[in-house]
Amino acid sequence: MNPQTLQLICFYAFSLVTVASALSVITLKNTVHAVLALVLTFFSAACLWMLLDAEFLALALVVVYVGAVMVLFLFVVMMLDIDLEKMHEGFVKFLPVGVIVAVVMLVEMLGLIGVRAMHAHDLGVDPAAVTGVSNTAWLGQALYTKFLLPFEVAALVLTVGLVAAVALTLRERRGARYESASRQVRVDPRDRVRIVKMDAVRPSSASADEGTAGESKP
Amino acid sequence: MADQLINQVMWPLIYILCIVLPLVIAVAMFVYWERKVIGWMHVRMGPNKVGPGGVLQAFADVVKLLIKEVILPTKANRFLYFLAPLIALVPALAAWAVIPFSGKMVLSNANAGILYLLAMTSLGVYGIIIAGWASNSRYALLGAMRSAAQVISYELAMGLCLVCVMVLAGSLNLSEIVNAQAGGKGLFDWFWLPLLPIFVIYFVSGVAETNRLPFDMAEGESEIVAGFHVEYSGSAFAIFFLAEYANMILVSFLSAIFFLGGWLSPLQGWIPADAPGWISWLGAGSFIWLFIKAFVMSFFFLWFRATFPRYRYDQIMRLGWKVFIPIAIAWVFVAGLLKYYDLVSIGVGA
Repeated sequence: MNPQTLQLICFYAFSLVTVASALSVITLKNTVHAVLALVLTFFSAACLWMLLDAEFLALALVVVYVGAVMVLFLFVVMMLDIDLEKMHEGFVKFLPVGVIVAVVMLVEMLGLIGVRAMHAHDLGVDPAAVTGVSNTAWLGQALYTKFLLPFEVAALVLTVGLVAAVALTLRERRGARYESASRQVRVDPRDRVRIVKMDAVRPSSASADEGTAGESKP
Repeated sequence: MADQLINQVMWPLIYILCIVLPLVIAVAMFVYWERKVIGWMHVRMGPNKVGPGGVLQAFADVVKLLIKEVILPTKANRFLYFLAPLIALVPALAAWAVIPFSGKMVLSNANAGILYLLAMTSLGVYGIIIAGWASNSRYALLGAMRSAAQVISYELAMGLCLVCVMVLAGSLNLSEIVNAQAGGKGLFDWFWLPLLPIFVIYFVSGVAETNRLPFDMAEGESEIVAGFHVEYSGSAFAIFFLAEYANMILVSFLSAIFFLGGWLSPLQGWIPADAPGWISWLGAGSFIWLFIKAFVMSFFFLWFRATFPRYRYDQIMRLGWKVFIPIAIAWVFVAGLLKYYDLVSIGVGA
């Protein structure tokens, strides 16, 4: 078996898993199962990219989307209390709307692919392979030299998004209790506990009787 | 055809077994060692009945776990409940593929080795979350929630620590990172010196990432019984256990590789290569050095466990977000300056 056939078999296997899991994202009834199917979709898409020698993109997809974004997503879905019966009630009612949206999207995508095909040009050989460095190294070189400005602009846009997300969700909650670490550290035991030195005294016999009276005797 | 089958399938499989089987044995012995060490630290004997000095205790435990019944809780999600231990185990074992044991002993000398490691370690949390949810238990869900928040927070700090290592080494390949720490100044050529705070942050984050004490919020037996695996019994529990300990050993190895020069000798460059016999061997790199370093690092896990009380949840979050991540970000710039002004010798005489 030559390597290319093997690669082709792998490609079809990964594509099959990608398409099947993507379909199950929208068909599975259990929402948690659907999110896990989405995780599988991302993962097999990463495998496809790996076949294309795009190792950086593939691993970044796994680290960012599978490892971080989908974990939080999974949590939100797990916390939701969804009535599955109700979710499927409106299926027939919303079917026409869904079909129209799907058809419009399909036409648009086909149009886009058609337009692209008319202007199709050969992508040429893999530039990373030409320079003889790994895909990751080439990508780093290209991003930080040739595409430095777009890269920095993208970083800036992401930072703005981050700040906006914090600004939108950060609010003073009334009644919530916070602990201030610096105040906790600054606590001086002498402010809280007063240690009184006193001489040991022997209780008088009357009070000693009182003291032991309450205790249960074996 | 047959040749290719042997070369492309058989040999990798044999190599994988050569890593996984010793790893499983190492986990068993590490569990014994942990119980012994903690016993000594508590002024107890530790296990001492099964085998000479109790060495076979771990194997007795494994047999006991394997013959116990695996219980499926009521209304648990059957499929995910049994899938979760496997999802926890697979990344824990898969990450070992890129570990270089010596200059030539490495299963996959991948160029993007660090990225692969980050990807694999970030997948491990799925086992915990799915176990917590599929068990249909409050304690398990609480444990899973805590674990996910903790792992994601500390993954960022870990990633930034690795960025510092990458900046100095100039590579994502683990073998090249080790070679970048070669030089004539012995153990002062390793990255722990220029990246000292990062070394500490990386290892502490590793302890948090593996949910070990004092960061074991996911299990916290005094608060949520046993956290995400409270409902698991028998072999399913044994697999979680195996994954956790494999991850601990992995973090020990990674700290040794990234900051303590991997297989390089601590006496490198101090001993002339033409010295006779075992003396020259002391200066040469060998997988034995890596194992010694990893053993020392893994001892810290046990030491922490016997020494520190458990962190409070908000303290863990504060430590991760407000202390570790800012220091790590600042040190990325320090590492960049060190590299730019050639203050760190990289891979001299490698």
